[in-house]
Amino acid sequence: MKNKYSIFSLIKNALSGHENWQRAWRDPEPKKEYDVIIIGGGGHGLATAYYLAKKHKLTNIAVVEKGWIGGGNTGRNTTIIRSNYLWDASAGLYDHALKIWEGLSQELNYNVMFSQRGVMNLAHNLQDVRDLKRRTHANRLNGVDAVWLSTEEVKKFCPIINTSPNIRYPVLGGTLQKRAGTARHDAVAWGYARGADSMGVDIIQNCEVKGIKRNGDQVEGIETTKGFIKSKKIGVVAAGHSSVIANMAGIRLPLESKPLQALVSEPVKPIIDTVVMSNAVHAYVSQSDKGELVIGAGTDSYVSYSQKGSHNIVEETLRAILELYPIFSRMKMLRQWGGIVDICPDASPIISKTQIKGLYFNCGWGTGGFKATPGSGDLFAHTIANDEPHQLNAAFNLNRFVSGDLVDEHGAAAVAH
Amino acid sequence: MFIINCPYCGERDQTEFSCGGEAHIERPKQPTELSDDQWAEYLFMRKNIKGVQFERWNHAHGCRKWFNIIRDTSNDNIHAVYKMGEKPPVK
Amino acid sequence: MSKNLRINKNNFIDQTTRISFKFNGQQLFGYKGDTLASALLANNIHLVGRSFKYHRPRGIMTCGSEEPNAIVQIGNDSSLTDPNVRATEIELYEGLEASSQNCWPSVNFDIGGINNFLSPLLPAGFYYKTFMWPASFWEKYEYFIRHSAGLGKAPTKSDPDIYDHQYSHCDVLVVGGGISGIISAKLSAEKGLDTFLIDDKNFLGGSTIYQENEAYKINDIYSNEWLAKEIKSLKNYPNLIIKNRTSLAAFHGYNYLLARENLTDHLSISDRKNKIRQRLWKIRAKKVIIASGSIERPLIFSNNDRPGIILSSSIKKYIDYYGVKTGENISLFTNNDSAYETAISLNKSGVKVNIIVDIRKNSESLIVKEALDLGLKVLWESTVVETQGYKKIKSFEVMKLSEDGNNVIGNKTKHNCDCLGISGGWTPMVHLFTQSGGKLKFRNEDNVFIPDQDKTPPNQISVGSCNGEFKLDEIVTRTIKNLKSFLDLSKTCYDEMKINCPEEKSKRNIWLLPSDKPIGKTKPFLDFQNDSTAKDVKLALREGFKSIEHVKRYTTTGMGTDQGKLSNMHALGIIADTTGTNMGELGTTTFRPPYTPLTFGAIVGRNVGEFFDHTRKTAIHNWHVKNNAEFENVGQWKRPWYFPKNGENMHQAVQRESKAARNSAGILDASTLGKIDIQGTDVSEFLNRVYTNAWSKLEIGKCRYGLMLNEDGMVYDDGVTTRLGENHYIMTTTTGGAANVLSKLEDYLQTEWPELDVYLTTVTDQYSTISICGPNSKNIISKIVPSLDLSDSNFPHMSFKNIKISNVNCRIMRISFTGEHSYEINIQSNYAEDLWIKCMEAGKEFNLTPYGTETMHLLRAEKGFIITGQDTDGTLTPSDLQMDWIIGKKKFDFIGKRSLYRSDTIREDRKQLVGLLTDDPKEVLEEGAQLVENINTKPVEMLGHVTSSYFSPNLNKSIALAVVKSGKKLKGKKLIVPMENKNINVTITDTVFYDKENKRLNA
Repeated sequence: MKNKYSIFSLIKNALSGHENWQRAWRDPEPKKEYDVIIIGGGGHGLATAYYLAKKHKLTNIAVVEKGWIGGGNTGRNTTIIRSNYLWDASAGLYDHALKIWEGLSQELNYNVMFSQRGVMNLAHNLQDVRDLKRRTHANRLNGVDAVWLSTEEVKKFCPIINTSPNIRYPVLGGTLQKRAGTARHDAVAWGYARGADSMGVDIIQNCEVKGIKRNGDQVEGIETTKGFIKSKKIGVVAAGHSSVIANMAGIRLPLESKPLQALVSEPVKPIIDTVVMSNAVHAYVSQSDKGELVIGAGTDSYVSYSQKGSHNIVEETLRAILELYPIFSRMKMLRQWGGIVDICPDASPIISKTQIKGLYFNCGWGTGGFKATPGSGDLFAHTIANDEPHQLNAAFNLNRFVSGDLVDEHGAAAVAH
Repeated sequence: MFIINCPYCGERDQTEFSCGGEAHIERPKQPTELSDDQWAEYLFMRKNIKGVQFERWNHAHGCRKWFNIIRDTSNDNIHAVYKMGEKPPVK
Repeated sequence: MSKNLRINKNNFIDQTTRISFKFNGQQLFGYKGDTLASALLANNIHLVGRSFKYHRPRGIMTCGSEEPNAIVQIGNDSSLTDPNVRATEIELYEGLEASSQNCWPSVNFDIGGINNFLSPLLPAGFYYKTFMWPASFWEKYEYFIRHSAGLGKAPTKSDPDIYDHQYSHCDVLVVGGGISGIISAKLSAEKGLDTFLIDDKNFLGGSTIYQENEAYKINDIYSNEWLAKEIKSLKNYPNLIIKNRTSLAAFHGYNYLLARENLTDHLSISDRKNKIRQRLWKIRAKKVIIASGSIERPLIFSNNDRPGIILSSSIKKYIDYYGVKTGENISLFTNNDSAYETAISLNKSGVKVNIIVDIRKNSESLIVKEALDLGLKVLWESTVVETQGYKKIKSFEVMKLSEDGNNVIGNKTKHNCDCLGISGGWTPMVHLFTQSGGKLKFRNEDNVFIPDQDKTPPNQISVGSCNGEFKLDEIVTRTIKNLKSFLDLSKTCYDEMKINCPEEKSKRNIWLLPSDKPIGKTKPFLDFQNDSTAKDVKLALREGFKSIEHVKRYTTTGMGTDQGKLSNMHALGIIADTTGTNMGELGTTTFRPPYTPLTFGAIVGRNVGEFFDHTRKTAIHNWHVKNNAEFENVGQWKRPWYFPKNGENMHQAVQRESKAARNSAGILDASTLGKIDIQGTDVSEFLNRVYTNAWSKLEIGKCRYGLMLNEDGMVYDDGVTTRLGENHYIMTTTTGGAANVLSKLEDYLQTEWPELDVYLTTVTDQYSTISICGPNSKNIISKIVPSLDLSDSNFPHMSFKNIKISNVNCRIMRISFTGEHSYEINIQSNYAEDLWIKCMEAGKEFNLTPYGTETMHLLRAEKGFIITGQDTDGTLTPSDLQMDWIIGKKKFDFIGKRSLYRSDTIREDRKQLVGLLTDDPKEVLEEGAQLVENINTKPVEMLGHVTSSYFSPNLNKSIALAVVKSGKKLKGKKLIVPMENKNINVTITDTVFYDKENKRLNA
């Protein structure tokens, strides 16, 4: 059992010069065989392992990670959490996640700094207004908190937005989800890792998967840089690299992996106290507890695993930022980085069994996976443990691309950030 | 931002082009003969290769011609460019 | 306090031009050529800010972009103030006002300083372990965390300054104007290559330019004099462009680089007016020479962060370049020879150097000898173990190092000082190299990461100290040698060089210097800005954070505004030492662009305000403006939304406009609709493949409506296509879809159907479209085109004629989007406004009323015509829209056909387009509102939503279109539209509300 973190443990450890803190997680060598192997040590993968151990009492589990845990999109995103999705299936999935977020720090005994500072989505043309109102109505009926704000109410909630009617694409209103907000991305991975590890899950870093071994249509295990590891159940949560793993297993997925960029400014004193997203002019911004403006840019149109996007994407994003916040012109970009996002044709994820027995995929989160982390882990754990999807992720199966029953979030104004 | 050597215009900045995804996925000649699975394969399933990939690009802000390129998606190095209908040069 | 520490000898500072400035409200003076930092130091001001976490007093530590501490707020104007400006980089100008950040009420007395006493409770990652109880309190804790974090203050008003972009397509870009950069630029220019040299300072020559020392000679003259001559000679090359105050921000693939040129930040406020503040250079270089130099490392020991502790090389620059003494009783602490150069410089300028503490056993190099000859006292094999002085260093304590360097031994001696110079060796600036994709290798003998020649991307080279060359003769000769092959040079002006320089013979490096106290009782800072210490790194390792990226994120080391330029190497070194790993295997963290922070303004350039996005206006736009149109943004287009008269609101205007259109005549500017000219012998086959319906039998002179799908079977676009001639057609698309439809059609033509003889040309801008509808439209057209026989037999609905109006060729179509008898005239855009006015005049007697998009939407909704993108959302098939009639079932194939027969698309209970009538005819539904059958179930089952909704003045009731599950079968069914405060009862109807028999088309 791990030491509990609290102000008291902090004081106690301060007295001994912080020499006696336990390891947050072990650094084990892989065993020969596991009941379940999770490929990918990001937030979703670690959460999956955590819930497999906690809810399904499967503790002979390994999470294998090519690099270091939380080093992929978990540590590269803009940390926005919301659940105001249009379609019932999406709202169900993301609100399930949001409800877990609301108690996650306490559940993990790790402060993930989930901050419900609200997420506002702006409308800039009449179709935006229709789409966002449609979404607000759907959210309300689905039990997801959402309100429509007039331009004046937008200004009141976030005074630094330029709501002048004379800008190129004036703000015609917006929606607000108050329960939405941000969290500390690294802490999510670390908190789940610590929790999973304390229940016996082996977290194996620097272990790259080189092959998936199949016997007919049943998985047998994985070839890795640390040798062969046997398992009858393999859950792949490899984000941008999902197709790479799928190709090893000899299947194809409806995914394209594209560069997504984000940036932060130098830290300044609090200036924006909520999260504001604008789809039409493509700008979304929040301010971290450290004071940095955290800004998400768009994706490039081509497949790339280079973790580098085009500069013009950053330029276009900041152009939109200055359109809405002309006071940020003298702010300075401190860091800019790229991630690899796996995008489905309908901009919705896949949490699904595959045609291969024992092989499960959790992927296709595109630009919006962080917010779903706890829910995704919980539902994927359920799917793996029962070999059946939970009703909340049933719609996110692979077969929808065959039947045509897509969960198309494109038309829903909310590009899935 | 890479430079693409448009087979019709020469070297231009990537921002002039748009990408059309994986190349050499031919539209089925008789779609009605296909099963739902086969049609889904054409419609949605992609190799999404990490490494050398064949893909379609369009000189959208130039000659508007479509052509193919061979690009290493792990580092964005372009190995070859060839016109539509041409056989890919051996990589 | 206010002392003048300026010495009166200097080549670089204009001591005849005195500049006044304010720091924290205090009036001070400096000289032209000073940085804010050098001017503050000349005034004996070291304490300039407070650190991020513990609010410890911090002073100026460096003289460049690596400065972690001296970051200040410039100005106090709410639109022009700049937060987080490095005092070491900003040039002094008349009237400059700077103030300390992150302190309250003042930098001298900062309440936040209490954090320093709480620091035992605030180790790395403390916030992950606490603030969790009670759960609901996080937002309250967070409020305080947020307000104590952050550094400077953002402006609160719009930035009036102008930023610019410029492109450079040079043969060779040289980054850095130190000695290796100067040599590179000259060699490149001499070869005749278009060369671009940038340097972030306001002068060229790097540190060599003030290196006036007997020991350093090139061709028998002092190295600084030699370099000055070389810089002068650069003027002779017209093919060489030199940009000072220009900092390279990012090095992307394919030699695409961004550099920011500062144009006005060094000028007084009044001199800046109407000038461009910054220019972002977008550089595509055939070859890049990186000569970005190196920076000095600090040393890591307890309380190494006090004001007055300065990098030794910076002390040298302050005295040699700025003529500023950083103290009057200076000691130095080093692990290498370069501190001795500082000592010699100080000595020459008459500044007392008390002692030099050197961790090495000895050094026999020339430069050390020279220092010893001057009588300087050196404490060999010793280390500083502690420092004293709260707001400025007062003294430090020294002990002997053990043989292995892991411990201290013997007695502690205490030495007074007012400034301690520290030198931990040099770090090559490899940021740009790695940004470009280059891989590093580790050189063990002096603990540096340097570019791996074998893993360097093509067409670039690193030269000088950023390539790990630190000795003058190495820098010069290797730069020349490497450039000869890089630039393919045979003979150069540098073929015979004679260089004298001292050689460093003794090396010793200890990443974390030992102390007589347990580490828990020391404060050895690594990242000065973010307050992370060596203890924090060790704690992170103990807690299992192994990867360098984990340690960085957990401790925040290297995440400040200096991006870890000073801290990264030591963090790595301490990790390597603690875990017993070789630093080379550990690797570095990723160096992310930009190299130094870049203003959003510079990145965006001129594309702000009205230039944020293109504005497309129709040829008739000016008339609309003159006639009080309100505009709607549709994509980039400005479309008249409605034309209010006499103070009408939108509702009133739209009611009037739509009544006029039905009762007499209305006129619409439809020019924004996409128009694609299609020619070729296979057009009808092409249209058969791209539209759902059949096109083979469309006669010349006839028009037909078409629906276009995506390959996944969902409605994509629609519009009317007209056959103008045997092999000539014109297709119209929606306004928003025009560009996408064209590129989609091109894609199919070029890649899937190259055998078709079809050519597409966009003519959206070339032709304007004026649409006149209503029972009197015929009368108006007959006045404008008297020669045209408008009879239904000669000119029936869905047909077209070539006509001439005032000798201008036009096309006129009889097509209708309102259900009224209606005409559309296509005319070359430059005649469009004239024709519009002519129509208005001809229509005067018929009350011809201009209407905008809102009335257009209302009129078509009365007829149940869809608007793609409003009534559709990419999830509806033609059948869902009750448009089964438009699917050419006999056709072999068309885009999207196969998808219509998948298991989900053939479901009967899909959402389908229906009409809605509210029980209360006055109640207008909200577009986007949901439809339910039973409001009391949980969760409420939503059956669909309202896509279009209007009050129809012609029917005198509210009408709406909606998509509803199984809607086709539900005609007459009562549903509920649940709003926040009420439920609205509606009934499902047919989608056509008005003139179901289409009688008015031929009225």
